[in-house]
Amino acid sequence: MTDLDKRLSLTAFTDRIESGMTVGIGGWGARRKPMALVRALLRSGADELTVVSCGGPDVGLLAAAGRIRRLVAPFVTLDSVPLEPHFRAAREAGTLAFEEWDESLFLSGLTAAAHRLPFLPVRGGLGSDIPRRNPRLRTVTSPYPDGEELLAAPALTMDVALVHMNRADIRGNGQYLGPDPYFDDLFTEAAEHTYLSCERIVDRFTGPPQSLLVQRQNVTGVLHTPRGAHFTSCAPDYGRDEAFQRAYVRAAADPSAWREFTARFLSGGEDAYQQAVDEHQTRTEAAR
Amino acid sequence: MTGTTGTTAPTRAEVCVVACAEAWRGDGEVLAAAAGGVVPTLGARLARLTFSPHLLLTDGEAMLLSTPEDPGRFEGWLPYRRHLALAARGRRHMMMGAAQLDRYGNQNISCIGDHDRPARQLLGARGAPSNTVNHPVSYWVPRHSVRVFVERVDMVSGVGYDRAAASGPGAARFHGLRRVVTDLAVLDFATGDRRMRLASVHPGVDVVQVRERTGFDLAVPDEVPVTRRPTRRELRLLREVLDPHGAREQEVRA
Repeated sequence: MTDLDKRLSLTAFTDRIESGMTVGIGGWGARRKPMALVRALLRSGADELTVVSCGGPDVGLLAAAGRIRRLVAPFVTLDSVPLEPHFRAAREAGTLAFEEWDESLFLSGLTAAAHRLPFLPVRGGLGSDIPRRNPRLRTVTSPYPDGEELLAAPALTMDVALVHMNRADIRGNGQYLGPDPYFDDLFTEAAEHTYLSCERIVDRFTGPPQSLLVQRQNVTGVLHTPRGAHFTSCAPDYGRDEAFQRAYVRAAADPSAWREFTARFLSGGEDAYQQAVDEHQTRTEAAR
Repeated sequence: MTGTTGTTAPTRAEVCVVACAEAWRGDGEVLAAAAGGVVPTLGARLARLTFSPHLLLTDGEAMLLSTPEDPGRFEGWLPYRRHLALAARGRRHMMMGAAQLDRYGNQNISCIGDHDRPARQLLGARGAPSNTVNHPVSYWVPRHSVRVFVERVDMVSGVGYDRAAASGPGAARFHGLRRVVTDLAVLDFATGDRRMRLASVHPGVDVVQVRERTGFDLAVPDEVPVTRRPTRRELRLLREVLDPHGAREQEVRA
């Protein structure tokens, strides 16, 4: 019997993403984002996407390229830089439809999808403008004597989810070694298909069993993408590349600078990106 | 008391840190969470080291600190998912930032202007909606101005008293705004109709100044107390232990 082998190339991955799909993206802000997969999406023709994300530069890059039809998110941030410049620009230009969720509402929506439930009741969002701005949000009344009226977080089902792990095997089991799993396992359970990128493919996992976050029955494809979360953090393998993130933010402020950034970093494949990042890091260190 | 730092006069930033710390007085064994600045983070840590010793603190990511004096020592694990569960359980008092606040404490961190096409896109609501209906919330405003204190916020991210009451028991049951600390004053909602009230002005600030920099009619009692000054011990902890490089001074203009 041969072992399951779900390894895929980045081009084989992008062939499976169609325009108009709902794409969930794991990680959180500028932390352990599947950036190599996002860059692959930028090279593909996929557009009109509905993106579901605790947003960071994943949202920024896709928004800058005009690929997002609708964004479902509780926030978009670069963490050390509070506001994401491309997200801001797209919103202020009126080109990005933003379905704004509260964080706990978002967690409940993911959980409902993972459990194949139509909704889960949640308090977060009541009284705020979140339900007023979002006509698909409804309330539900407790059938028990308390009779409380709560928000019904609709299931956040997705066509595909993208997540990045520190380690994975070829069958699609994934391990995180940093301080926080974020919602990555829920994303894999809420999606029809999950594509899992990783720093390293291993034959045998080491480390605590609780770190084995993603399970193979929820994973369609495995992609080996070293430094694939760059420029977001991927602890303990590497931290956020703050110098690169600052360069990204500076470039986003001006169209010609952004064209230059795109030509330098985003016009080739993933290998070309990583090489350009090496050069950027060498120059940043030399300038110090 | 050793050293000389405890003897120089407190700065405005130091008064603000202590005013933030006071938000957590009497809170017991709950998470003192702070966002939106250095000053509230220092306030939470100072409260823990002095008058509210049972508070829980995070490192800003996924760990609970054993003590604010040693950021490398942990007593627990609080990744985002468990953090949200803790908030839903109500064992938390959070101090958030605010781009806009109105007289009933409705807060906005989402966007300025029309939501379909904002004049300025900000963070997004983050956890403000659920925080405000689940557990006590306070606010920190480093520059008290008419741009922040407005008649109506453009988007209600954090729920105020009027909106909580109008939305029924589900929203109002655990809702409670404690205080708003600014670079000028401390504000609370201790009026019959839960309107924002001037609780104290910081040393050197007068009431007229606060009124001029507030975009709505603030409730002002006949006698407005002065915000208390830091004790010598608080100043020593702040200057020597918690913030020796003076990050607090960057956040508050003198």
